[in-house]
Amino acid sequence: MKEISVLVGGRAGDGINNAGAMVAQLLNHLGYFVYIYTDYPSLIRGGHNFALVRAADKPVGAYNDRIDYLVALNQETLDLHLPHCPDCTVVANADLAKSIKSGQTVSINAILKTESAPPITGNSVMIGAFAKAAGIPWEIVLEVFSRHMPKAADENLRVARRAYDEIQTARPVPAIAGPPRTLLSGNEAIGLGLVAGGLSHYISYPMTPSSTLLHFLAGNAERLGITVIHPENEIAVILMGLGSATAGARTAVGTSGGGFCLMTEGLSFAGMAEIPIVIVVSQRTGPSTGLPTYTGQAELQFVLHAGQGEFPRLIVAPADAGEAYRWSLAALHLAWKYQIPAFVLADKTLSEGTYSVDYDTLAGLPVADPVFWDGQAPYRRYHDTPDGISSLVFPGRKDAVVKVNSYAHDEDGITTEDAALVTMMVEKRRRKEAKLKEEMNRYPCVSVRGTAGATTALLCWGSVRNACDEVAARLGLRVIQSVVLSPFPDQQFSAACEGVQHLIAVEENATGQLAALAREHGVSVDATVLKYDGRPFTPDELFLRVQEAIAP
Amino acid sequence: MTRNLITPAQNTWCPGCGNFAIQHTLKDILAGLEKEGRSLDDVVLVTGIGCHAKIADYLNINSVYTLHGRTIPVATGIKLANPKLTVICCAGDGDAYAEGLDHLIFAAKRNIDLTMIVHNNRVYGLTTGQYTPTSPLGFKGKSTPAGTTEYPFNPLELMLASGATYIARGYTRKMPQLAQLIRQGIAHKGFAFIDVLQICASFFNMTEYYQSRVYDLAGHDTADFEKACAKAREWDYNRDAPIALGVFFERSLPTFDDRYPARDVSAGESTRRIRDLFEAAR
Repeated sequence: MKEISVLVGGRAGDGINNAGAMVAQLLNHLGYFVYIYTDYPSLIRGGHNFALVRAADKPVGAYNDRIDYLVALNQETLDLHLPHCPDCTVVANADLAKSIKSGQTVSINAILKTESAPPITGNSVMIGAFAKAAGIPWEIVLEVFSRHMPKAADENLRVARRAYDEIQTARPVPAIAGPPRTLLSGNEAIGLGLVAGGLSHYISYPMTPSSTLLHFLAGNAERLGITVIHPENEIAVILMGLGSATAGARTAVGTSGGGFCLMTEGLSFAGMAEIPIVIVVSQRTGPSTGLPTYTGQAELQFVLHAGQGEFPRLIVAPADAGEAYRWSLAALHLAWKYQIPAFVLADKTLSEGTYSVDYDTLAGLPVADPVFWDGQAPYRRYHDTPDGISSLVFPGRKDAVVKVNSYAHDEDGITTEDAALVTMMVEKRRRKEAKLKEEMNRYPCVSVRGTAGATTALLCWGSVRNACDEVAARLGLRVIQSVVLSPFPDQQFSAACEGVQHLIAVEENATGQLAALAREHGVSVDATVLKYDGRPFTPDELFLRVQEAIAP
Repeated sequence: MTRNLITPAQNTWCPGCGNFAIQHTLKDILAGLEKEGRSLDDVVLVTGIGCHAKIADYLNINSVYTLHGRTIPVATGIKLANPKLTVICCAGDGDAYAEGLDHLIFAAKRNIDLTMIVHNNRVYGLTTGQYTPTSPLGFKGKSTPAGTTEYPFNPLELMLASGATYIARGYTRKMPQLAQLIRQGIAHKGFAFIDVLQICASFFNMTEYYQSRVYDLAGHDTADFEKACAKAREWDYNRDAPIALGVFFERSLPTFDDRYPARDVSAGESTRRIRDLFEAAR
């Protein structure tokens, strides 16, 4: 695999994410697939931030320990990262990086002064410097700035050009054939997938790492024709969502683990009252406040079991932006067809990571349509049917009385404590789940990757899949990724495991939560490779850990 | 076609319960709306959990029987999704003032166009007699056998401070006035708050107390915020004082739902705009 990694580092508040995004676009326009990982503390200003851009001739969704270019806005970036990549090509800001042994520097202050440019254009100096060090043709710099920095592109290009002229090409990055692709973060992909699924309302209280989904949808609400609300707390978030869904608006809510704790009574209400809702839970390191800006996969068992009582739920866990788009779209449709809560379970790595996506490859998952009341017989909100699905209609519809109820209820939605009725309605909801499980056989719930016939397989879910793919390619292993986690895709899962003699679960939690789920469904895992320090597995690290697990 | 406004569900309120008065009042108001040519298909009743909430089972209109304390966020979602609906919340004092107090304050702050009727019997009935946020100091309930050690708060004062644009207090034994207050609340565009002093026949029967103290706020200037504050403070739900009934305050302000314009983007147009965003990110 041909690959290049660029680390851009500086202080929080320096706009490192944006600088990383511009570097990624430069490599994107050279024809590479790119992935951006951003690492930052829970601070507004100060503290060390970095964006790691990895570009390759194949799709990538993980960063590695190797760095080829270090773009340092300050001394701290050199101190922290240079010891780990002594051979990398350094481009540093001469104003703040004073002790530099190798590499080149430019003075942001001097260039800004010469061009009378505002401080906000400082990062463009560094981008121009990197572009030249990497031998990226000026036309590509011009195009990327014009497309992705349309406001004041001229000013930014002037300072970038000065740096471009001052720096020497040190390690040229070869262009590879291929058009530039769309670069989307996981949260942007989730948002666009939901809108493609007919989203009308998005409701959320800010919580990292779900907040950028709120920001993205709020910023594009008018363009996308949706309403975005930020209420007083997560209890209000989910209840407001259930209200708008009851009135007929396709609605999603978003949060992280702590906010989801507050949503659980609303979740159970959705289960009992059969209200469709999509809940995006983007995991961060817990328990409790944990590491707000770092990743984890410790909410699988929580999301599987949250809420009092028993009711069907759909859980999908995409691994990259493309999957996030497709499965968010599908989750919204399925939530409405089955009138259930549906989860998009993401994590910080996916939510805030940026991936190359090709719109034309995103179609293909089946579309599930809800059943609406035909207006014939008197409307009964919870009419019992063979598949357990009652027809939908919303308040405001002529001659329909819609009674939605959190209590055990009869077919009309009137509260009941009658044993036979209660039993009937439990079974109605169970039949919905059975029908959903059957329908999910039409979907690629389990993805088998790597060497299909290999007898050693890495079992994973969510964003960890990307590192697993790389390790499997190096070691000739099979990868089994469960995208759908509830209802558990037993058939597809057993088929995926056929011929596997050594099954290794790779998860970013301390207990092996998917391993436990698999065990519950009759598949025992032989070893677990776990990580719980808030940082995603790098393929290099995982390679070593998997080797240990194979031959202890 | 005039609908039967009462469902066949068996009514299980205690004899003498103040909820009957609120149910009859609402039923008459709904019948009146229908007579005026309004379709009851466009009305949604949202209730919490508690004795009051059984009204969702008894009235034959659209209803969402939600969770304890959660009428307002559900009602807000309904109103935002379909602003044409008339949304009426019935909540208990435990619902509105304890479990869901945050939502109540925010509904007033947002001026969402809802009618909030608080069945304020100042005791938890369905859980068989514990104090609520409006029980008087020293109230002896099952969870406070020695008497409560905290003062009640004054919901009217709280609503005035939070920005509610219609604030009224009624009493279940003054039904014609109660009907007028609720009708006016439904007609009010914005957040209409009506605290209804209600008798709990089983756990806190205040009939005699209220009968000798209530009076009608006739001639009060409902546009005067300062006077509304003074009137609201006259009785603090604790010490003895005359208890005013009527509209304390009313004013017209843009509503929350008005500030969210209806978005009309066709599916085809939406797909095109999604594609545009993909294209812009290349």
